[in-house]
Amino acid sequence: MVQINLPQNSKVEKGKFFKDKTGSKNIRKVNIYRWDPSTGENPRIDTYEVDMDNCPSKVLDLLNKIKNEIDPSIAYRRSCAHGVCGSCAMNMDGKNGLACTKPHSEIKGDINIYPLPHLKVLKDLIGDLSTLYKQYESVEPWLKTASETEKENIQSKEDRAKLDGLYECIMCACCSTSCPSYWWNGDKYLGPAVLLQAYRWIIDSRDEDRKERLKKVADELKLYRCHTIMNCTNACPKGLNPAKAIASIKKMLATS
Amino acid sequence: MKSYKIIDHEYDVVVLGAGGSGLRAAVGLSEAGLKTACVSKVFPTRSHTSAAQGGISAALGNMGEDDWRWHMYDTVKGADWLGDQDCIEYLCKEAPRAVLELEKYGVPFSRTEDGKIYQRPFGGMTKNYGNEPVQRTCAAADRTGHAILHTLYGQALKHKTEFFIEYFALDLLMKDGQCKGLIAWNLNDGTIHRFRSHITIIATGGYGKVYYSATSAHTCTGDGNAMVLRAGLPLQDMEFVQFHPTGIYGHGTLISEGVRGEGGYLVNSKGERFMERYAPKAKDLASRDVVSRSIAVEINEGRGVGNEKDHVHLHLNHLDPKVIEERLPGISESSRLFANVDVTKEPIPVVPTVHYNMGGIPTNYKAEVLTLNGSEKTVPGLMAIGEAACVSVHGANRLGSNSLIDLVVFGRAAAKRAAELVKPGTPHEEISQSETDKCLERFDRLRNASGTNNTADLRMAMQKTMQSKCAVFRTEKTLKEGVNEIRKPFEGMDDLSVKDKSLIFNTDLVETLEFDNLIRQAITTMDSAYHRKESRGAHAREDFPKRNDEKFMQHTLSWCDGKKTKIDYRPVHRSTLSNDVQYFPPQERVY
Repeated sequence: MVQINLPQNSKVEKGKFFKDKTGSKNIRKVNIYRWDPSTGENPRIDTYEVDMDNCPSKVLDLLNKIKNEIDPSIAYRRSCAHGVCGSCAMNMDGKNGLACTKPHSEIKGDINIYPLPHLKVLKDLIGDLSTLYKQYESVEPWLKTASETEKENIQSKEDRAKLDGLYECIMCACCSTSCPSYWWNGDKYLGPAVLLQAYRWIIDSRDEDRKERLKKVADELKLYRCHTIMNCTNACPKGLNPAKAIASIKKMLATS
Repeated sequence: MKSYKIIDHEYDVVVLGAGGSGLRAAVGLSEAGLKTACVSKVFPTRSHTSAAQGGISAALGNMGEDDWRWHMYDTVKGADWLGDQDCIEYLCKEAPRAVLELEKYGVPFSRTEDGKIYQRPFGGMTKNYGNEPVQRTCAAADRTGHAILHTLYGQALKHKTEFFIEYFALDLLMKDGQCKGLIAWNLNDGTIHRFRSHITIIATGGYGKVYYSATSAHTCTGDGNAMVLRAGLPLQDMEFVQFHPTGIYGHGTLISEGVRGEGGYLVNSKGERFMERYAPKAKDLASRDVVSRSIAVEINEGRGVGNEKDHVHLHLNHLDPKVIEERLPGISESSRLFANVDVTKEPIPVVPTVHYNMGGIPTNYKAEVLTLNGSEKTVPGLMAIGEAACVSVHGANRLGSNSLIDLVVFGRAAAKRAAELVKPGTPHEEISQSETDKCLERFDRLRNASGTNNTADLRMAMQKTMQSKCAVFRTEKTLKEGVNEIRKPFEGMDDLSVKDKSLIFNTDLVETLEFDNLIRQAITTMDSAYHRKESRGAHAREDFPKRNDEKFMQHTLSWCDGKKTKIDYRPVHRSTLSNDVQYFPPQERVY
């Protein structure tokens, strides 16, 4: 029998309720996905009442406040706190994004925080990105040239501009984990994040391996599982357009 | 401690940290055929190198005449003559080659009209030994660190570096004053890993998080520095903490010096470009300590902006929007997100914010760790690079864009030296179990702490003390109070509470271990500052406003055992490495 429902041990249960102790008049409810692999218990949603009068503006500030003042056991990744390291990618109010750049004021009603969708959860809001990292490695993200001069490669301003919108990618995985094709075929389809990275090297005028690179991604599963759903571009917290990068690869293949 | 599962590894070299310097070292070590492990508590591209914006300095001369000797002079002067000139010579001479190497690795540098690497002016970088500004700072828009970090990670993949990612390092393994490896905790599955290595290279970055307001990431906790202290070795020049002049007011996000490099300027509540008064020649492009102090004086004298008159404005709205779009896109984004400011129309509210630690693990220019035992001695088996190290090339104040170049020059130097010292595949000596037991005893004690003090509260107390007692301006009174007060959060650990007892991604315990690391560095910073009774670079004493070369042209060394410290000094190197350049004797420092 095909299993259609979630396995019993993956069903999300109602968790603990942390009532406000500050007596604040400005309270918001924050629902957070919790799962601890060491307990053998099912995942649950814990609810925290948070005093918003003393909370800075971003969702990460809110999480830090909960961790510092209410429940230190909650686990999430975070580092730079200004949108360049890509650690705190998660699903907030049903949308993927970086907790450090997402203002909680943009969320109406209760604030729901989940890990990035369709990843194996390691604990609470921490997802397993190892497959994506292996896929990144598979596109050989380094410059390939035969020349061995002492001097720098010369690159025109126009050629350099072709890397804009690509090299800025912080590999937060917001795009790939919002993509239904990646949910379905994540082990074989490279997904928007990795394809954007692949295109960054394909289009670099200094690189001498373009043909081989194109040949390597020209695969029914690696590349053509993209069905232009565009969730990736909607999700990117850096305003990049992975869908366009994928389309550009397809176009190069069609015209070469 | 029998209950912990220990997994043993043997490597020629272990690199701890996977930021710019750690990755550059790992690449060089793999190239040299050494079996190398790179251990990091975060995935490499999450490292804080990614936050470096403005650029990487090297006298390439792409935008007009330049000379590495001029770069060296600027660095010596920026360091307020506390830098070791042999090391500074090495840095500046090697810099052009290191940047060209990065370009060949694939870093997407911005370009000049003729397709060369674009270079911008930066604070303290001058032509012809202190004359007019020079364009020396190589940039990839205002995302240079991000571009370098991702490129170096790609190179490490190319060279098949073995990574141990999301492993939190606990302690060094020492034997008879030599380093034999380290112990780390794998957050993914809760196991303990013992790495034996002939050389251990610490590349764990700075410890900005001892302060309340810092541009540093949450993860900048100087874990390697603290491991060195626990191994009974000293840290150097810890009192020298750089306040970046332009952190976003209220949030602390960095606004690159590149903004001023491209023509931006600071303004007080009277609309004055006040830097003209403090640094008539360099103005807004004086070195960071000078600009930060000038802002602090403006605010202290009531000429700050805003309701509380506690910050100043950074203008770039006079610049061509095309220049902003092409060269400063990242800070436009940060200003919108964290200050709600459209930089093409309004000024950015900024305030001096803790940014960089000049101090750290003392090393020579080959990245070998030094200690003082009668005289300067190397510690066999141990190296340090990047912000964790104090080479010392930055002395009392680092120039902007000299940190990224420090990472790659000394990352490469460490790999080169390790390749000279280690024959691949050399067998490992036995080490006594007591080192492992000592390490796991601390780990286990903190994990099972069931007292009443939260780590977050102790951390906050430490950060507030550092912020108020060890700031831009310091006095005997504030430092004396600080020396007492900073020990309280340390004592608070006697009655600590860690709620999460698990071993997989126990971030409650991670933060506690990080706090244990931070507080030791806070104590050494405060004590080192108290004992330096002069003003030099970033260490500004109101009660000792002059530099005192006779007494203090020396590096502070501080050992720390619990809350007890020992302070000693070693002379600054007063010679160059070669005859290619003359020693620059101390001068008065004016910009």
